[in-house]
Amino acid sequence: MRTTVKTIIEKYNNDKTRLMDILMDIQNNFGFISDKFVEVIARETGLSIVDVEQTLTFYHFFSKKPVGEYAVYLNNSVVANMKGRAAVAKAFEEELGCKFGNLCDDGKIGLYNTACIGMSDQEPAAIINDTVFTSLTPLKVKGIVQQMREGKKVTEMIDVIGDGNNSSPLINSMVFNNIRKEGPVLFSEYEVGAAVKKVTEMTPNEVVDEVKSSYLRGRGGAGFPTGLKWEFCRKSEGPRYIHCNADEGEPGTFKERVILTELPKLLFEGMAIAAYALDAKEGIIYLRGEYKYLKNYLEAVLEEMKTANLLGENICGKKGFDFEIRIQFGAGAYVCGEESALIESAEGKRGEPRNRPPFPVQKGYLGMPTVVNNVETICTVVKIINNGADWFSMMGSHESTGTKLISVSGDCDFPGVYAIEWGMRIRDLLEIAGTEDVLAVQIGGPSGVCIGSKEFKRTISFEDIPTGGAITIIGKDRDIIKDVVVNYMDFFIDESCGSCVPCRAITVLMRNKLQKIIDGNGVMNDLDDLVDWGAKMKIANRCGLGQTAANPILTTLENFREKYEALIDKDSDYNTGFDLEKAVADSCAYVDRVPNL
Amino acid sequence: MSEKIKFTIDGKQCLAKKGQNVLDAALENGVYIPFLCHVKGVKQAGSCRICNVKVAGRTMTACTTPVAPGMEVENDIPELHDLRLAIIEALFVEGNHFCPSCEKSGNCELQALAYRYQMMVPRFPYSFPQKEIDASNSKILIDRNRCVLCKRCIRSFQDDQGRNLFAFKSRGHKVEINIDKECAVNLSDELAQEIMDVCPVGALIRKEKGFNEPIGTRKYDKKPIGSEITSVV
Repeated sequence: MRTTVKTIIEKYNNDKTRLMDILMDIQNNFGFISDKFVEVIARETGLSIVDVEQTLTFYHFFSKKPVGEYAVYLNNSVVANMKGRAAVAKAFEEELGCKFGNLCDDGKIGLYNTACIGMSDQEPAAIINDTVFTSLTPLKVKGIVQQMREGKKVTEMIDVIGDGNNSSPLINSMVFNNIRKEGPVLFSEYEVGAAVKKVTEMTPNEVVDEVKSSYLRGRGGAGFPTGLKWEFCRKSEGPRYIHCNADEGEPGTFKERVILTELPKLLFEGMAIAAYALDAKEGIIYLRGEYKYLKNYLEAVLEEMKTANLLGENICGKKGFDFEIRIQFGAGAYVCGEESALIESAEGKRGEPRNRPPFPVQKGYLGMPTVVNNVETICTVVKIINNGADWFSMMGSHESTGTKLISVSGDCDFPGVYAIEWGMRIRDLLEIAGTEDVLAVQIGGPSGVCIGSKEFKRTISFEDIPTGGAITIIGKDRDIIKDVVVNYMDFFIDESCGSCVPCRAITVLMRNKLQKIIDGNGVMNDLDDLVDWGAKMKIANRCGLGQTAANPILTTLENFREKYEALIDKDSDYNTGFDLEKAVADSCAYVDRVPNL
Repeated sequence: MSEKIKFTIDGKQCLAKKGQNVLDAALENGVYIPFLCHVKGVKQAGSCRICNVKVAGRTMTACTTPVAPGMEVENDIPELHDLRLAIIEALFVEGNHFCPSCEKSGNCELQALAYRYQMMVPRFPYSFPQKEIDASNSKILIDRNRCVLCKRCIRSFQDDQGRNLFAFKSRGHKVEINIDKECAVNLSDELAQEIMDVCPVGALIRKEKGFNEPIGTRKYDKKPIGSEITSVV
């Protein structure tokens, strides 16, 4: 055992900055990372034991205890719940005779909850040993449990094969792309390698200028102008790095999954173009652990690109244009989608966002200037180089040029990926997605906004309602507070890195206050408190997660206040929610008495 | 090199060295900005968020913001007062702080901030969490009930090979501080004292020495925190 661990560590040159990979390989090999393993890792990499544990215990998919020969991670997102997760979870528990969060069948099968796995268009879904199972039903669960008991390989348990490249032998997955609207940019036809060839005939500054004049803005959510980011990075002395953010963890988002499946060459070519513009020799794709089922396929495509001289040395025959890409897997931490947390994680540390300044373009990966761009952003660059900045900026709205991939899910007939022009009205999108009786639309995932029908005339754009791409449709029959807000708040509580006091503590306090209201103990003052505390969260925290963690409550309080007021007894202005009978239950039990109040 | 940068805090003219952060510069200019996680000379954490100030309408932590020429910093304003008080209160309810029996009472910066900000009853309900105490180290007792997770210890102490003596475990509200069982095995008395002194609260206590200094004669027993810089009116 110990030799295997040492071999794994040596594979990464005993390099502490590769701690994520080391932990992941050990986790995959043994199903857990024991104290003994931690000690070996610490000794071999020159870290202290507590430092190794710091990284290990930060990530959802690393475990100090065995997770089972089969580790079932069942998504517990809002959309999963809408699509019947409760029955699926119950089926797993009944078949196995044990509860989620536990090992069943003498340690053979583990049941775990997990945050959105990027399959909102085909929920309920689960990941078992890196293989994705979609559109689950209680009946399917029965079959899966039986096959696990028989010791069948997970890859052989797949009964349906998805469309497009999902059927490639290297992916061989149940996942469907569900591309509903292709649009004129990303899914349009193009010649692989033409853009990278074209840039070798330009100077790096000309490439930056072309991207700048397209007014392309980051597609991850924040919308920072891409060309400007590149220009800032070029101002810092190298070596420089380009990182591709493929950590899409915002519940309800899955468009990157589709790009990675259908357009990986477009992505790698875009990274090569960025590398040329930045004079970067190394790039990293930070890919969420949930998408590990794409690993073999993406690595094969990388090799193919190298063979075609579109990556590697002297790319397209241009002397000195050398660029390599490595895939860095995440291990279940939403906050790593924040660019500086992503860099920390890629360096083998806990994914805690950094203080700014310095910005990543000044001091990023390994202290060097680093550009972090979203998958969709990088892919878009290729099309801009091919077709010109003018072609691109003609599309979209004034402050939001081009098109945007939107992941639509929830209560609609056609969940999937839509390439829309920026500036599209919400109600037009709702129409093509096949919806009726919509109560609310969650735009931009939990960190975004929840709007009601009065706002459906508004547009998806940076100047109106910006989004990284998640649109979750909430039907008339849903209970917006219990079905949506509670789930989103629990998500933020789980995913906070825990560094900033307000994010770590006040998110929990707001969630508790919400529960007090749900339990019928709310007074009007509680709503004022939530607004006040939420306002503080917005200004007091370091990163986007903390600044938006109160949004599920704040935006529903703004747009659906009547739903909260309906839970409140307006005649009462004082209620602590304290239950004396419950509080003394334990002590009464000790002395064999019943509470007598 | 000796060129100073001019900036203002609440209208008061101040001077800073190039590259200096707003917090250190403020303290040198006789302006008190409250803080909990900052330790002078140690890499900033920016995690307690108490030193949040406003610059051009945006809140930012003074400890992580370098002074820029002509910068106008807002510090002593009602909005920030309430924000800071809320953070202090959040820290009290998130842990279990039993001041009267604490070895650090009077030397505790959280307690002192609560006095300075005149905290009465926290606006948040207490959460009474279950926390584990780690007494396995021979010199230092870790009481996580009183820990504010400021990371001062993480950032301040490394062994001769540069390995951290302290680190976080887990994430979110489950995060906790841990001491390394190998690197911190033979702490000297001096280092143990330093560790206890760096901790702003009573989470890292030197074993058998916690009450060496009698309550009543301690740092904040007579004067409020920060009063050597800006007195409380």
